[in-house]
Amino acid sequence: MADLVRLEEAVSELVHDGDSVALEGFTHLIPFAAGHEIVRQRLRDLTLIRMTPDLIYDQMIGAGCARRMIFSWGGNPGVGSLHRFRDAVENGWPAPLELEEHSHAGMANRYAAGASNIPFAVLRGYVGTELMERTGTLAPISCPFTGEMLTAVSALNPDVGIVHAQRADREGNVQIWGIIGVQKEIVLASDRSLVTVEEVVAELEPQPGAIVLPAWAVTAVAEAPRGAHPSYAHGYYDRDNGFYQRWDAISRERDTFTEWMDEHVMARAGTR
Amino acid sequence: MSENGFSSDEVMTVAAARELTDRTVCFVGIGLPSTAANLARLTHAPRTVLVYESGTIGSKPATLPLSIGDGELAETADAVVPVPEIFNYWLQGGRIDVGFLGAAQIDRFGNLNSTVIGDYDHPKVRLPGGGGAPEIAAMAKQVIVIIRQSQRTFVERLHFRSSVGYGTGPGDRERLGMSGGGPTVVITDLGLLRPDPESRELTLARIHPGVELDQVRESTGWPLRVADDLRETEPPLEDELRVLRELRATLEAAA
Repeated sequence: MADLVRLEEAVSELVHDGDSVALEGFTHLIPFAAGHEIVRQRLRDLTLIRMTPDLIYDQMIGAGCARRMIFSWGGNPGVGSLHRFRDAVENGWPAPLELEEHSHAGMANRYAAGASNIPFAVLRGYVGTELMERTGTLAPISCPFTGEMLTAVSALNPDVGIVHAQRADREGNVQIWGIIGVQKEIVLASDRSLVTVEEVVAELEPQPGAIVLPAWAVTAVAEAPRGAHPSYAHGYYDRDNGFYQRWDAISRERDTFTEWMDEHVMARAGTR
Repeated sequence: MSENGFSSDEVMTVAAARELTDRTVCFVGIGLPSTAANLARLTHAPRTVLVYESGTIGSKPATLPLSIGDGELAETADAVVPVPEIFNYWLQGGRIDVGFLGAAQIDRFGNLNSTVIGDYDHPKVRLPGGGGAPEIAAMAKQVIVIIRQSQRTFVERLHFRSSVGYGTGPGDRERLGMSGGGPTVVITDLGLLRPDPESRELTLARIHPGVELDQVRESTGWPLRVADDLRETEPPLEDELRVLRELRATLEAAA
């Protein structure tokens, strides 16, 4: 059964220095509150896994949490660069960042393979691209039935999978609706999982298109209202597109970035 | 804004929108492709089905999304599916008519770079990366590329091949076992290029109003082939410009 715990406790129990950690949420339900707690607890040498690193990994990279990143698209959607990600790759600040780069289709299949307890997934992807030569976790494979050449991608099984969701009941059953992305896959692929939720309710009322992660498949649930901001939680609040646009200027220089993090993340323990 | 009353970005976006015919199923990248696809939907192609990689199928946003997963895309969709499904069943399954892509660099065979400028291990500029594009470029029945044209973007040699157009020329896509047909048109702020049916090399087919041919040649990093029947792009209609500006205003209002 999932433990209902405080976010600080959940992070300190589940996430350790050197872990591979996936904070997922495809544009929707990005677990910012959990990411900020990881920053506050000064966790180091993490392998950060995410299809779209988004602002949350820009912040975690700039704060010095990451040694390595596994990803498929590292930009600020509709705005431009992730400046902290670029500074780490281009200039090694605050530390060099190793990259393992895939396509979205490949990452989605790697999560699905991880959740399915098989060592790799197969797709018709990557052929003709230079990712074929650059990325060690993909390789050509021939179909055992027809001999056709396809591409294999190795399964992803992170130490910790973290997602945000709309709500959970007091047993720890989790309900997610709207764009559900890879939320289910990452929870099931990971050794340990943490779900932050907008609210804990007495009973989960049915919602169109909703999925439920049963309590026994989740390690810990923590309440974190507005925990996906500046991304969004369908039915609770909209994506803060203005913040995504403002982040471009905040994150462009190391000083303004550090100042922002000190004020809005480091100084805000337990006050979200 | 030119003396014609429209900007080069506007003529590019309108020209791109016109390439989408009605009732096609279009997989849309964020930025210029999303703007053009929504412009098509709100003008001549109302039954175009917009598919976003976040898993929304048949989105009909009233405001222009900033990301590929804005809530508006899910709320107005016919169906919302998980991300592994959108790539496996719908794209790889062969159900996408048109892939609509942007890029940082393109070469004469329509191959795209969205990964790095400079060396991969020590890049001058680290770009976002391939995202959904490598498989969209391989598997959509047809690909439309929209990209601003200059010596920096139209290059002799890509710094990284993130997505395949026609590879090194005729026969490459077939050799690589790609199910989709490859790029059929590249729309820029200067004109419109189509692959030559024989050599697959991008060939200038239309030039936008007020643009000189020399200007297009100077903005291309290889000796540009020009179609014998080169014509001028039809200027944007008043209605197209009005809808485009209203769309863009919704994005700015969200800031």
